[in-house]
Amino acid sequence: MTRRQLWQRISAHLDMPLLAGMALLMLASLLTLYSASDHNFERVMSQGMNILVALCCMWVVANLPLHYLMRTAVPIYVVGMLLLLGVLTPLGVNSHGATRWLNIGVATIQPSELMKIGVPLMMAWYFEKHEAGLTLKNFVVAALLLLLPVGLIAKQPDLGTALLISASGFYVLFLAGLSWRVMGGLFVAAIASAPVMWKMMHDYQRHRIEMLFDPSQDALGKGYHTIQGMIAVGSGGILGKGYLNGTQTHLDFLPERTTDFIFAVYSEEFGMVGNLILLTMYLFVIARGFVITANASTYFTRLMAGSITLTFATYAFVNMGMVSGILPIVGVPLPLVSYGGTSMLTLLLGFGMLMSIQTHKKLVKS
Amino acid sequence: MNKRIELKNHQQEIFNFRLRLFISIGFVLLLLGILLGRFIYLQAMRHEYYQTLAEKNRISVMPIVPNRGLILDRNGVVLAHNFSGYTLEITPSKVANLTDTINDLAKLVDIQPRDRKRFKKLQAESHDFETLMIRSRLSDEEVARFAAQQYRFPGVEIKARLFRDYPYSDKTAHLLGYIGRINQADEDKLEEQDADANYRGTDYIGKTGLEQYYENELHGTTGIEQVEVDSAGRAVRILSRTPPVSGNTLILSIDAKLQEIAEQAFGDYRGALVAIDPANGEVLAFVSRPGYDPSLFVDGIDADSWKELNDSPDHPLNNRVLRGQYPSGSTIKPFMALAGLFYNVRSPTQTINDPGFFTLPGSSHHYRDWKQGGHGSVDMFKSIVVSCDTYYYGLATELGIDRIFNFLSGFGFGKKTGIDLEGETSGLLPSQEWKQKRFKQKWYAGDTVSVGIGQGYSLVTPLQLAAATATLANGGIGYRPHLVREVKNSSTNQIHKLENAPAFDVKLDPANFDLVKRAMQAVTQPGGTAAQASAGALYTIAGKTGTAQVVGMKQGEKYNASKMDERHRDHAWFISFAPVDKPKIAVVVLVENGGHGGGTAAPIARKVMDYYLLGKVPVPVAPKAAIPAASAVPDVEVD
Repeated sequence: MTRRQLWQRISAHLDMPLLAGMALLMLASLLTLYSASDHNFERVMSQGMNILVALCCMWVVANLPLHYLMRTAVPIYVVGMLLLLGVLTPLGVNSHGATRWLNIGVATIQPSELMKIGVPLMMAWYFEKHEAGLTLKNFVVAALLLLLPVGLIAKQPDLGTALLISASGFYVLFLAGLSWRVMGGLFVAAIASAPVMWKMMHDYQRHRIEMLFDPSQDALGKGYHTIQGMIAVGSGGILGKGYLNGTQTHLDFLPERTTDFIFAVYSEEFGMVGNLILLTMYLFVIARGFVITANASTYFTRLMAGSITLTFATYAFVNMGMVSGILPIVGVPLPLVSYGGTSMLTLLLGFGMLMSIQTHKKLVKS
Repeated sequence: MNKRIELKNHQQEIFNFRLRLFISIGFVLLLLGILLGRFIYLQAMRHEYYQTLAEKNRISVMPIVPNRGLILDRNGVVLAHNFSGYTLEITPSKVANLTDTINDLAKLVDIQPRDRKRFKKLQAESHDFETLMIRSRLSDEEVARFAAQQYRFPGVEIKARLFRDYPYSDKTAHLLGYIGRINQADEDKLEEQDADANYRGTDYIGKTGLEQYYENELHGTTGIEQVEVDSAGRAVRILSRTPPVSGNTLILSIDAKLQEIAEQAFGDYRGALVAIDPANGEVLAFVSRPGYDPSLFVDGIDADSWKELNDSPDHPLNNRVLRGQYPSGSTIKPFMALAGLFYNVRSPTQTINDPGFFTLPGSSHHYRDWKQGGHGSVDMFKSIVVSCDTYYYGLATELGIDRIFNFLSGFGFGKKTGIDLEGETSGLLPSQEWKQKRFKQKWYAGDTVSVGIGQGYSLVTPLQLAAATATLANGGIGYRPHLVREVKNSSTNQIHKLENAPAFDVKLDPANFDLVKRAMQAVTQPGGTAAQASAGALYTIAGKTGTAQVVGMKQGEKYNASKMDERHRDHAWFISFAPVDKPKIAVVVLVENGGHGGGTAAPIARKVMDYYLLGKVPVPVAPKAAIPAASAVPDVEVD
């Protein structure tokens, strides 16, 4: 095999525009991480490893033909549900007052992470199976497929993840053609049930929402994150303080600055111009995702591609919104940028599916 | 035709999907637009405001750790307090070579291998950017020596800190517990309680004992200092200050002197003692022997000391009062007698004949009385005075396990007393249901027989037995034993008395209580099993001795203490209260491997009562070199 052939074999199922957009964001991740970790090269290398591992997994998924992808939907969903139920058993690991983890002997895993992919996959599979004549009944079943895991995750409690999975599931329903009237009804119902929800929430969850309106009332606790995040972003100004020059970052004011709050570091050092560039990079990746969605050849792939793209956009919005103080603090990393192996892997598995959808469709058509 | 509809549907479907895709794109643009708007607001419009906050005035919010509350005894004697001292601390991330640095430091200040081991353990548990203590309680001279050389040691600093001190050390260790460094588990718990903000800057938290149970009272409220820092992060001036609120003072019902006398009365024996005021459940003395030095734990215990404490055959870390579970032995008999009266199974005057053993109908197995040949004709009064086993074998059999269970539950056996300490065990009051669950076996009549004399499956903690004795002394009205009497608010100085409502109410004819109390009084008079220890008392004492078997004996085997391994000897019990008519104090003593209750346990109770009721301080005797052989005990066989 010549070099050229080898490269063709490797890149056959990679979508270059998408990969380019992702690579830019990952580069931003490594650069910002170096600053955020106080020039800790080990941290950067470790994130590099996370990226490499995730890229390999992405490559494998991208090379899986679509019928394989579809076949995984039910097993992934069932295993995910079993693991979520397992969390309720004594095998569940409680930490920080929430039982989100499962002890499987060799390691502790977070089943809700699997469901970020498992739920939309299952719903898209279900719609594909009943494509011939979709009725309201089908939507109700699909909604149940969504609500069962979401309910279990909300009970852990992990409201942030529950809401994000709800969003990705809702995108599938929306793209599958959920009628406008039903959506309007749901919207009204959601508004009406808000006071009930408020009552059902845990104290700390209510606390975080209250913080949004008046962060100063808990300057040592949760409000501290919000205040310091806003100061970092705001003091960055138009052009930023310059790479490695963020005072908020380097004087230890910012909490969790390599993970959930990495955007504050970026924003402080690169300013509004940097933010615009970052938003453009995200927009580019999202746009490519929509192009793939529009070109997708089957019902299943259209729904899947659309949901993956919209969910990615939602993650980016929620994280930046939370750091800049317009959304409550929920544990959502900045996609492709925050330090962390698990979220990187989950995201890149999604992108692997997008690539598979884009590069296998010709074969399906023929 | 059909084909065309399908095609049309397909096109319609694609159209619908595209439409929704366009709406999605609009939605994403809207979200990004919101973010952009927010960036413009924060970074362009309000830039100067945040610039001021971040650049010109770098405001740092610093926690001010409150002073931990004091713990005093009922007379105001200090049992736990804070003193300020200097510590030598290292920030590993700022030090190039840790080993070299510590070696260099050892030339200036005294650093023992113990300190190094502790530091290593601390380092393994913490992040590198945290400041960790290598030496505590530096002398003034050491502080001066280091200060002169400080420039050589970047990342090493001297800090003034408050230390916790327990003046009574091992004498109050099981009672007060200790504080220790906050670990991951503590952090998780604090976060769960949403208390993590209040613990910013705090290094220590109550780990066991009262320090743990009353953590919320003792910790106080952390203050906030907003300081302006310069570009190097140094504080330039204080902008605002919310002072911390010190933790509240705990005032215990414990009498420190009484506690000390009780401790000393044990000599070299291991065991437990609880003294309770029967009128309100206040615990006057709480002794678990041996104790340990709590200050070892405050600074983080090193592996060697931990191993020594943990592996010691004396189990000094075991809180025997709270967690020790022993057969009650004959001390259960007064309660069994009350049960007999309650269910009309026995009248006070009814007598049985004791040939020296008991047999169940249809069985030849001999349940032996402690006295060979038996006690002859025995009524209830005599059964307590001479501690007749045969009487209670029969009584238990006639009552049956269900009624025994119900009645003894009323005195709190088999349940946690609810004292204000964590980690209490509940003993074991066996029942048919319990045996079925535990052994998947039905309850046999033979099981009931041994329950009658406090052997078999039943187990009690010294605290349970003390609470039950206090309830008996108080005529059936019992209180939850508690250690903290009052909490003094540190800022208002107001004293909040902790109310204690009765927890038990054993409804029984007062005459029945009277009978049992009089019999228990006769126990301490000539002819009774605790006569010697009570001789010459200037007040009346009611008591009951007991022995708890450590190793089982075969049918027909004879107990011979002097031939046994010391740790296999029986445990000695003594339950008591005084004065009999108006009880002011109930004392329960357990002496591990002490042999006979009247010989070893009762004299300890006597010393405690003498001090509490008469103010008499025992004449100190030189501690015995070894645990006395059983030959020192007057009558080996007496139960």
